[in-house]
Amino acid sequence: MKRSWVFWLPVAVAIAMFATFLVALVRPSDRAIVSQLVGHALPAFEAPAAMPDQPGTNSRDYADGKPRLLNVFASWCGPCVAEIPVLLQLQAMGVEINGVAVHDKPEDLARFFAENGNPYARVGLDQGGRAQIAFGSAGVPETFIIDGKGRVVGQHIGVITEADIPDILAKLKGS
Amino acid sequence: MRRFLMAATLCLAQPAFGQDYAEESLPDVNQETQAVALMDTLRCVVCQGQPISGSNADLARDMRRLVRERIAAGESPETVRAWLVSRYGQWVSLKPEVNELTAPLWLIPLIAMGGAGLLYSRRFKRKKK
Repeated sequence: MKRSWVFWLPVAVAIAMFATFLVALVRPSDRAIVSQLVGHALPAFEAPAAMPDQPGTNSRDYADGKPRLLNVFASWCGPCVAEIPVLLQLQAMGVEINGVAVHDKPEDLARFFAENGNPYARVGLDQGGRAQIAFGSAGVPETFIIDGKGRVVGQHIGVITEADIPDILAKLKGS
Repeated sequence: MRRFLMAATLCLAQPAFGQDYAEESLPDVNQETQAVALMDTLRCVVCQGQPISGSNADLARDMRRLVRERIAAGESPETVRAWLVSRYGQWVSLKPEVNELTAPLWLIPLIAMGGAGLLYSRRFKRKKK
């Protein structure tokens, strides 16, 4: 008896399934949770001043025609320390960076800045993670690139390294 | 010693100053039930495998507070879920939903069973001859 194509169908399905499993095993999917706000206006938030000599930041600071970075960080976050020298480099290039410190205390931030430097124009305290959730940010550090109209044009999840500088500058310029 | 006792008493007294809905139930039992049901079906974005109701992560705590506060303010659980989905994507919701992305999950078993039924019925017909 000649076997019809129907006989081979389950075999083909099984092969396709195992091929999919294999690909997923070799190249696991990206687990980073991307904010849905990229392409949308920065949501309303309020982050009162963390330092006595620096203003805090809120959603009304971002539609003045100047593109900038909004960095979600914390003094208790190890990787955030690694990012500061690169942020200082960006600051030296004329990039304005505002910081939102999640679950932080002014005294801890003061120590953090004394040890690592302060690349921020404004630093706000995010009490209860309200701003972080509004941004759709899942952790620290995360950096949002905001255009001059107050729109989120990019999100960088994790530490910014020197290799990321050209991409960030391009996004700031293109916005 | 007295100082220590005073400090300890002060520490213990602190929660009374302000209610933190991250850990405390809402006074309205109905609203609390709604909030807990919603928290059971929202995924913690830090730990990823857990609902926010069962996670110790700071962000999960913040989300529990947000859920309780919004429900207490009269928002429906589905409005709160939709708001969180508008921030973190469909990913944050653990509620199984039928949409264009998940449709194959629901349809494949039906199609497979239909196909199997078809094959068997043909086989039985052949045997009858």
